[in-house]
Amino acid sequence: MKKPLIKVQPAANAGIDCTNSRRNFLKIGSMAVVGSGFLLACSSDDDMLTPPVQPGAPFDLGSGDLGILNYAYALEQLEAAFYTNVMDGAYWAGANAEERLILEDLYKHEVIHRDFFKAALMAAANGNADVVLPELEFDFSSVDFGSRDSVLGTARILEDTGVAAYNGAGSLIQTPDYLVIAGKIVSVEARHAAAIRSIYLEDPKAFAGDDVVDANGLDLALAPPAILNAVKETGFIKTEFTANQLPTG
Amino acid sequence: MNILNFLEEFTSENLVNKTSSRKDALKTFGSLSKKALLVSIPFGLAGSSKAYAFQDQNAATGALQLALTLEYLEAEFYRRALDSGVLPAGSRAEAVYQQISKHETAHVEFLKAGLGDNSLDSPQFDFTAGGAFDPFNENSTGQEVAYAQLLALAQAFEDTGVRAYKGQAGNLMGTAFLTPALQIHSVEARHASEIRRLRADVMGYDLDQNALGWITLDNRGPGMPEATAAVYEGEEQITQGGVNLVNATAFDAVAVSQAFDEPMTGQKASEIAGLFIVS
Repeated sequence: MKKPLIKVQPAANAGIDCTNSRRNFLKIGSMAVVGSGFLLACSSDDDMLTPPVQPGAPFDLGSGDLGILNYAYALEQLEAAFYTNVMDGAYWAGANAEERLILEDLYKHEVIHRDFFKAALMAAANGNADVVLPELEFDFSSVDFGSRDSVLGTARILEDTGVAAYNGAGSLIQTPDYLVIAGKIVSVEARHAAAIRSIYLEDPKAFAGDDVVDANGLDLALAPPAILNAVKETGFIKTEFTANQLPTG
Repeated sequence: MNILNFLEEFTSENLVNKTSSRKDALKTFGSLSKKALLVSIPFGLAGSSKAYAFQDQNAATGALQLALTLEYLEAEFYRRALDSGVLPAGSRAEAVYQQISKHETAHVEFLKAGLGDNSLDSPQFDFTAGGAFDPFNENSTGQEVAYAQLLALAQAFEDTGVRAYKGQAGNLMGTAFLTPALQIHSVEARHASEIRRLRADVMGYDLDQNALGWITLDNRGPGMPEATAAVYEGEEQITQGGVNLVNATAFDAVAVSQAFDEPMTGQKASEIAGLFIVS
């Protein structure tokens, strides 16, 4: 039988009202049908998977703050890898000046976030690399890096996902310093999301549109299981890992 | 800083060159110059005597009261901006202000409900900050200068809001308000990004490094009055969690500083808000 690459706990209620957010968020799935099919096809063939750190078992993100840091590191690896591909693609090469500048900055910021988490994780783990998420492998074959729609549409989803993920993980963090760090990053992700939406979507209100901000003026917030399931459906992440011990609030 | 420097910053060459000579622009500022002394006082200092006195010392309640005060300020600012006639009818700017106004008004109601008995009434605001600004063109400043001020103040308020919520997150840990506060925080960041890009578009410098939606070093951006420098002090950080990211990555201080927004203390946020609070 086909199995999910990223195994997560049942969506535990982390004290977040996700009703509206979840409905909007599910769009991530429909955007990536091709990728999803690839993922499922791929997952039936274990030989194609990156070898796990421990023989016989995929890497698990872990528990507590270390688990949350690994979770953030996975998402930042995904964003950094995506924009690295964007910078090598035909769309970016021929885009207008403003879009080139914005995408280049997003590339830099996400690589910096990724490298920050790698360093922070090594410190949090006291140098024990075995509990730090390894470098993931990605498959962006469902993205056409020569197409404005494909690049900006995917960027929009990734940035909104990042905002929802950090907002949903904040209450799971135990160390105040980590909460502040997450806050420093999520507002930059939100700035990205607004800019991408602004240049890509026609509606002048799309930067903080009614599809992401609810009637109380609250942005998306989703707990890790919902985020990981949505990411799984994109098929972008090839490396198998599990999230069996993340805090659930 | 004297009034001429202030004018230079606020009118900006692009805005002035578009329709009027510098001389004309100066003339329109005539009525403003009477009280212009206030302009020389930075955001972070002028408000200290009026800094809002919060009623409850409990950290979480105080955090939410500060948030409510900032939301009252923003909600009234955008409401009056939309009523002022300064924003071109049917423009992108008008649509952006409408959407932000809707959110800030919702934030006020949400926080009032959350605070319950600890809620505060709205302060009285003076968005001229004692005559230094005229964003609603109520003192014959003229449409163009008022528009520039409307955009500059919006950027300052949004960036202050982002930093202030971030600074209060620790006080909300372990409470049911942390997640909603984070959800408001990222909405403010979306606003801040859009206002920055809108301002750049209106004033014609949209390919400027400081006008792409994120904060570079501690730069307030082109055309922002020097008085708003306090909003950006400390944003230039390149070390996060003890890691110097210029050394640890292939990127320079510009990119590294952009990649992280910095928090602001409640004291500083209330001082900035206090500049616009009468009572």
